[in-house]
Amino acid sequence: MTDVKSSSTGQGPSADQAPARALHTGISDPRTLVMRNLRQSGIFVALVVIVALFAVLTDGVSLSPGNITNIVLQYSYILVLAIGMVIVIIGGHIDLSVGSVVALTGSVSAVLVIQQGHPWWLGVLAALAVGLAVGAWHGFWVAYAGIPAFIVTLAGMLLFRGLTLRVLDNISLSPFPAEYQRIAAGFLNGLLGGQGFDAFTLLIGGVAVAGYAVSGFRTRVARIRYQQPVESFPLFVARVVLVGAVVMYFAWQLAHARGLPIVLIVLAVLVLAYGLLTRRTVFGRQVYAIGGNLPAAMLSGVKVRTVNFWVFVNMGFLSAVAGIIYSSRSNGAQPAAGNMFELDAIAAAFIGGAAVTGGVGTVVGAMVGGLIMAVMSNGMQLMGVDQSMQSVVKGLVLLVAVAFDVYNKRRAGASR
Amino acid sequence: MSDTILEMRNITKTFPGVAALQDVSIVVRRGEIHAICGENGAGKSTLMKVLSGVYPAGSYEGEIIFDGRPVHFRGIRDSEAQGVVIIHQELALVPHLSIAENIFLGNERCGRTGLIDWNRANADATALLESVGLRENAVTPIVALGVGKQQLVEIAKALSKEVKLLILDEPTAALNDVDSAHLLDLLRRLRDRGITCIMISHKLGEITAIADSITVLRDGRTVERLDVRSAEVTQDRIIRGMVGRDLHSFYPDRVSSPGEEVLRVENWTVRHPTQDRRVVDDVSFTVRAGEVVGIAGLMGAGRTELAMSMFGRSYGRDITGRLFLRGREIRARTVAEAIGNGIAYATEDRKRYGLNLIDDIRHNVSAAALRKLARFGWVHDNEEIRVAEASRRDMNIKAPSVMATVGKLSGGNQQKVVLSKWLFTDPEVLILDEPTRGIDVGAKFEIYTIVNRLVAQGKAVVMISSELPELLGMCDRIYTLAAGRLTGELPVSEATQEKLMQLMAKDKEPAR
Repeated sequence: MTDVKSSSTGQGPSADQAPARALHTGISDPRTLVMRNLRQSGIFVALVVIVALFAVLTDGVSLSPGNITNIVLQYSYILVLAIGMVIVIIGGHIDLSVGSVVALTGSVSAVLVIQQGHPWWLGVLAALAVGLAVGAWHGFWVAYAGIPAFIVTLAGMLLFRGLTLRVLDNISLSPFPAEYQRIAAGFLNGLLGGQGFDAFTLLIGGVAVAGYAVSGFRTRVARIRYQQPVESFPLFVARVVLVGAVVMYFAWQLAHARGLPIVLIVLAVLVLAYGLLTRRTVFGRQVYAIGGNLPAAMLSGVKVRTVNFWVFVNMGFLSAVAGIIYSSRSNGAQPAAGNMFELDAIAAAFIGGAAVTGGVGTVVGAMVGGLIMAVMSNGMQLMGVDQSMQSVVKGLVLLVAVAFDVYNKRRAGASR
Repeated sequence: MSDTILEMRNITKTFPGVAALQDVSIVVRRGEIHAICGENGAGKSTLMKVLSGVYPAGSYEGEIIFDGRPVHFRGIRDSEAQGVVIIHQELALVPHLSIAENIFLGNERCGRTGLIDWNRANADATALLESVGLRENAVTPIVALGVGKQQLVEIAKALSKEVKLLILDEPTAALNDVDSAHLLDLLRRLRDRGITCIMISHKLGEITAIADSITVLRDGRTVERLDVRSAEVTQDRIIRGMVGRDLHSFYPDRVSSPGEEVLRVENWTVRHPTQDRRVVDDVSFTVRAGEVVGIAGLMGAGRTELAMSMFGRSYGRDITGRLFLRGREIRARTVAEAIGNGIAYATEDRKRYGLNLIDDIRHNVSAAALRKLARFGWVHDNEEIRVAEASRRDMNIKAPSVMATVGKLSGGNQQKVVLSKWLFTDPEVLILDEPTRGIDVGAKFEIYTIVNRLVAQGKAVVMISSELPELLGMCDRIYTLAAGRLTGELPVSEATQEKLMQLMAKDKEPAR
C-alpha cells in the first residue's frame, strides 16, 4: 500500500489521489469542499458581486428603494417563465415558444376584457386556459409524437405569434380596467398603517425569514437524526443570519418605497411551490431522472411520456401567468409583446446552473440567474449604456456562465 | 519478402485496474486467413484495436512488426496508410449516403480542381463492388441494403484503401446463413488474391471451415497457435484451448434448495427492432424460488434481448409468448407493469442504462420504486435517506455518504447501487445481466455473496454471464442460447465449460 504511506507524509504524489481518498474516508480537505460547492455557491457569489458592482457604478442608485421595486416589477414575468423553463431544461428539453405564448395569452385576455367588456377575472381564467391548451399541444408533440422539443416549440413560436396577430387583428388594445392593472402594478400596503414606511411589508419579510430559519433547522435536525453530514452549527447560523439580513434589507427598502408588490407575492408563492415540486415530489424527481439518463429512467419504470407531457403543460401554465402579468404591467396587449422573452428565460436557467444536457438545475438557481440578468440590465439602463452594449454584455455573461459549467463538468469527469 | 506479414510481440495493454492483454504474441503468415478465438473478454478486440492504432503507439507495451518493419501506429489513418484495415462488428457506414460516398469517405476521389470527381468515384466504386460480388448501383443509399450487403460494402471500402491486412471483427455475427456463406466465400477469394485476413469469430464451425491458422486467447494471454493446414483441428480442440483454465474457488458456498416454480416463460419470440430477423426464437424456460438459473451464450446469441423483452418490452418488436409468475399469467407490457409484477432487471451496461450518473446514491437507489416512499406524490425524503443508508450498509457501498454522486464511484460500488435499486423494488425474480462485468475480484466476491443471500431469502435469480466459470460457480441450472434459440439445459452438476461452449457454439455448419 504505497500510496497510504506517501499520503501520510503528505507529499507530492498523493495530491492527485486526494479526491479518491476523500471519497472513501469521508475526509475532504477545504479545497475540495470549496470546489465541490463552487457550482451551487458560485452563482450567489456572482449575484452579490454584480449587485455590488452596479451599486458602485451607479452611486447607489441601483439599490435605492424605488429602483429595487422597479427591478421586481420589471423582471417578474421573466422570473416566472424561468421557473417553467428550468424544469423543461432539467427534463432535457427546451421551449422557444414562451414569448409567443405570453403574447397570445395576454391578447386573449385583452380581447375579452377590453374589447368585449367581460370582467377582469374572466380574462385571467381565459389566459390560463389558453396557456394550458398550448402546453398540452406542445406536450403531445414532444411526449407522444416523439418530435424534439426544439422543433415543436420553434413551430409553436411561429404558430402562436401568428395567432396573436389574428386575435388582436394586428392592433394594440388598451387600457385594462383598474382591477386588472393591480395585478402587476398593485401594492399591498397600509394594511398595518404607515409611519413613513409600510409595516406590513416588514412583517411579511420577518415571517419569511422566520419560516426559512425554522424549516432549515428542522431539516438539519432530521438530517442529524438520520446520521447525515450537515454543515457545522456556526455555519448554519451564519447562513440564516446572512439570508435574513438580505431579505430584511430588501423588505426595508420596499417598505420605504411603495410597499409590497402583489407580483412579488405571486412570485414568492410560485418559487416556494415549484421549489418543493422539483425537490420533494415524485413528479419532480422523475423529471431529474429523465434528464439525467433517459434510458435508465425508462428502465426504472418512469412513465417518461406522461412526465414530459406535464412538463410542457406546466410551461404553458406559467407562460400564461407571465402573460397576465405582462399584459397587466403594459396595460394592454400588443402584437409584438413578449418578443425574445424565451431567450431571457433560457439564459436565466443556464446562468443559474442548469446543464445543457439536462438532469441538473434548480428553481432557486434559475431565480438567481434571472436576477443576475435583471440587475445587469437595470444597472446598465441606469448608467445609460447603449442598448447594443447591453446585449453584448448579456451575451458574454451567458457564454461565460455555461462555459464555466462545462469546464466544471469536464474537470469532474477527469477526476473520476 | 518474408513469409510473415505480421508479428505482434509481447503486447501488454492495461486499463485502469485491469490488464486487458498480458504478453500477447501472434504471428500471421502472408496470404492466410488467421482466426483469433477466445471467450468474451479474452482480449481479442483489444488486440485488434492495438494493431489498427485505435489504441495508439505508446498506450501499450510490446512491438508490432508489419511487412518486415517495426510500426508505431498513432491512429487509424496511420495504420490504413500502411494497408491495415479493420472492419468493426458495428458497421461504420453512414446510412443516408450512397455506396460510393461511403466507400470513399475520408478518401475522396478528387479531380485537379480539388472538387470531388463523382464520375470517377462512381466508376471506381462499381469496379470495387464487382470485385466483392455485390450487384448494386453505386449510388444506392446504404439504408436500402441489408446487413449482409452492407458488410460487403465495408470490404469494398477496405479494398479501395489498397489493403494488405484485413481485420474482421465478428463479421458474420449479424448475418443469416446465406449471407455468411457468401462472405466466407469472398474471404477465400481475397486470400487467393494475396490479401491476408485476420478474423475474430465466435462461430467455431466457420473457423474450422475457413481458417488456415488460429491463435487462441484466454484471459488476455496467448494460449496457443494452431495450424489448421498441417493438422486436423476440431472444434473441441479449440474449445479446450479457450476455456482450459483453473477454476478459482472464489465463489462463495451456498446450500441449494430450490422451492416451487416462480417464473415460467413460454415460447418467447422477439424480432429485431429494425431488421427482419428473430433475435429470440421460441424460448421457454423456468426459474424456481431459491434458485440461480444461468443463461449462457456468445455475443449476439440474444441473452440481453431475451431479458429486456421480458422486462416490460424494453427491446424488440412483435413480441409473442407468455410469462407466468407463480403459475399465474402476467402482463408486463411496460416496465412499470413488470416492476409491479415483481420482475427486476439489472442491466449489463450500468452507466448507460442503469444509473443516473450525475445524481447521488440516495436518488438512484429509490429511482425504481419512488412511490413506495411517497404519499400523494410527496416524497418522504428522510425515509429515502434511511433506505439508501440501509443499502449502503448492507451492500457495503464504499462512499462517504449517500449524497455522493454515483458517477464518481468505482464500478463495483456502482453495481452495488444498481442492485440496491432493484432490491428496493422487492422483486420476486431478479434478472442480472453481466453482474460482474468490469469490476474487480474483491467486488465480484461481494456481489456473489449478495446474490447468495437473496437466493437464501427465496428470490429467484436469472444470471446472464459471458464468464462460464462464474455461471458454473453460481448457478443451479444453466440454459444455453445460440442465435436466439435455446440449445440446451444442464444442471450445474453435469455442466462443464466444454459442454457449455459446444452448446453455445451450436450453429449450422457453413456451406463449403
